[in-house]
Amino acid sequence: MYRSHVLVCGGTGCTSSNSAAIIEKLESEIAAKGLAEEVKVIKTGCFGLCALGPIMIVYPEGCFYSQVKVDDVPEIVEEHLLKGRMVKRLLYDETVKEDTVKSLNETKFYAKQKRVALRNCGVIDPENIDEYIAFDGYQALAKCLKEYTPEQVIQIVKDSGLRGRGGGGFPTGLKWEFTSKNSAPQKYVVCNADEGDPGAFMDRSVLEGDPHCIVEAMTICGYATGATEGYIYVRAEYPIAVKRLKIAIKEAREYGLLGKNIFDSGFDFDLHIRLGAGAFVCGEETALMTSIEGNRGEPRPRPPYPAVKGLFASPTTENNVETFANIPQIILKGAEYFASMGTEKSKGTKVFALGGKINNTGLVEIPMGTTLREIIEEIGGGIPNGKKFKAAQTGGPSGGCIPASLMDTEIDYDNLTAIGCMMGSGGLIVMDEDNCMVDIAKFFLDFTVDESCGKCAPCRIGTKRMREILEKITDGKATLEDLDKLEKLAHYIKDNSLCGLGQTAPNPVLATLKFFRDEYEAHVVDKKCPAGVCKALLNYVIDPEKCIGCTLCARNCPAGAITGTVKNPHVIDTAKCIKCGACMSACKKQAISKQ
Amino acid sequence: MLKKISKIPFKGTAEQEEKLRKVIDENKQDKSMLMHVMQEAQLIYGYLPYEVQVMIAEGMNVPLEKVYGVSTFYAQFALSPKGKYRISVCLGTACYVKGSQEILDELCNRLGIGPDECSEDGKFSLEACRCIGACGLAPVMMINDDVYGKITAKDVADILAKYKD
Repeated sequence: MYRSHVLVCGGTGCTSSNSAAIIEKLESEIAAKGLAEEVKVIKTGCFGLCALGPIMIVYPEGCFYSQVKVDDVPEIVEEHLLKGRMVKRLLYDETVKEDTVKSLNETKFYAKQKRVALRNCGVIDPENIDEYIAFDGYQALAKCLKEYTPEQVIQIVKDSGLRGRGGGGFPTGLKWEFTSKNSAPQKYVVCNADEGDPGAFMDRSVLEGDPHCIVEAMTICGYATGATEGYIYVRAEYPIAVKRLKIAIKEAREYGLLGKNIFDSGFDFDLHIRLGAGAFVCGEETALMTSIEGNRGEPRPRPPYPAVKGLFASPTTENNVETFANIPQIILKGAEYFASMGTEKSKGTKVFALGGKINNTGLVEIPMGTTLREIIEEIGGGIPNGKKFKAAQTGGPSGGCIPASLMDTEIDYDNLTAIGCMMGSGGLIVMDEDNCMVDIAKFFLDFTVDESCGKCAPCRIGTKRMREILEKITDGKATLEDLDKLEKLAHYIKDNSLCGLGQTAPNPVLATLKFFRDEYEAHVVDKKCPAGVCKALLNYVIDPEKCIGCTLCARNCPAGAITGTVKNPHVIDTAKCIKCGACMSACKKQAISKQ
Repeated sequence: MLKKISKIPFKGTAEQEEKLRKVIDENKQDKSMLMHVMQEAQLIYGYLPYEVQVMIAEGMNVPLEKVYGVSTFYAQFALSPKGKYRISVCLGTACYVKGSQEILDELCNRLGIGPDECSEDGKFSLEACRCIGACGLAPVMMINDDVYGKITAKDVADILAKYKD
């Protein structure tokens, strides 16, 4: 028995800010103080509050230390672990009460969250199967194999109302049922862990923090649909997730939870890992299967749907990581438990990756139906530097944006679709008044142009033409006619592309045109970028009232565009200016502004 | 995306070739392992020059154009060598809205190379990458395995100075 457990986040965010070195230092300090028998250090998955990383929690007190540095470790060991005195200066402000600490669940960031898919992330050691089992792991699988027929399992998933968390929102139970009804001798289960939306990292956190739940859920899916083999397709950019999955599969095989005759039920199932190689289109289900087969990851026309002809031309069920992560809890706690959360047509919870201009960047899991205002103002802690909220981008390059006027929208699949947005995989990027919406739309088009696989013309050529029009706009060379052309082209691409990538690529443009048409018009008609982002439309100006003639700007200007004499206001020659902003960052009197 | 094929002469060693042959032998029964073999080959050689692609095509018994097709399709496969220090700047959404483009521009200026290029002395190569999943630290850049988060263009010079040798 250990008297104290120290949990340190080993997710990608905290690892990037050096949590591995912290763990090493902790272990050596603990050993040096002779506490190795009393205190156990555990490397867990993501706690969610990445903005405050590296994060460390000490139990039994539940002390939440944030932004811990290697140099802080000796003090934590000496003061807290040895002498029992919390290191107050490192505690997360929100958890500090007089004399004691509040539970994390009482902080604004965690209070409204409900962790189903992320329940074990930041709680267990993901590289130890026994810890997963201690938290009811593999019980759902046992229950399925021992108590339920495959049809009953599918019925439970159907009754729970679970819909695909990868973005499409297709009912999971129905998907399983389609494959199960096919009588082909070989069927497959595929887990889509090719999390390509820039700004979304919930799947990575599940794989890093709780890999066994994916192994368990895929095995359950195999039993329900009659498949004996499964593939997990993971991005190669997620090395920690790949490593932990490999460990999990190996452990599960050793425990007889994968392989032949699982739980003496006569059911066989095994898993393979395949690494992606950096192609966004492979997140599309048919492209992903083509890629597993060892080809260029080009999508295939549907029908035939994967349930009929999928991987290696066999019936295949493909689900996203977060979808699978909900399955064991649905089986264990029942369909009613899951269906009791959320809205009428979107049950359960959804994980969002909060990023961009928001204080609490990180992962949050909330019941469907929570409003955007609650997410941003309460859980997310608002916008930094007192700036004004402008829009939230959901669904990455396939999604749209939600403007401030719709902040009270209850977030679920259907409400987001109704306002021309989409749930997507759950990336939620917050933008403030300094972000230009035309520039953001162009950014996403850059992405889709780059990632279009080239198989169908509407996507390959159409997205390029759209980007050209957007460039014209941000360069100040467009006319109002171009806006109509852009809109028409967007609808054409949406209707005619082969796969999800092309069909959704115009969404960021259509959504920004809908909610921020005035910004587009400012670029086109007034030749101004209201947010001050689009370089071609900007002029740097020195305010003669504030300029003290220190010559710092002139000395920093790489183009020699600034003239003036000492102690007299300087002037920028706009013809020579290359708009690099060097003068603005050099000026100590804030006399230079973008107009 | 367009990929530039390296004109730098191939300098593979017998030892590297032996490693690759072993990987090919282990996987040649299953043609769906082609990408896996190419990923391993890239680990061995650092990139996939023409000579290596020929070895893979012959070993796996697939047409060379298929190997070439796969290598140009996926961003991860490199057709030109990487520098001693590989710099990648995240241009994912979260980093972009926090100004990572300015960081990339600053690096291009300072190193005199563009994205996907390698400096002449072979020291630095630069690339713009999509989301590395450390959005909480945005904007982020990586030099080999070192991650630099929450940086601004002003920090670039100091960071580069750490990689002088």
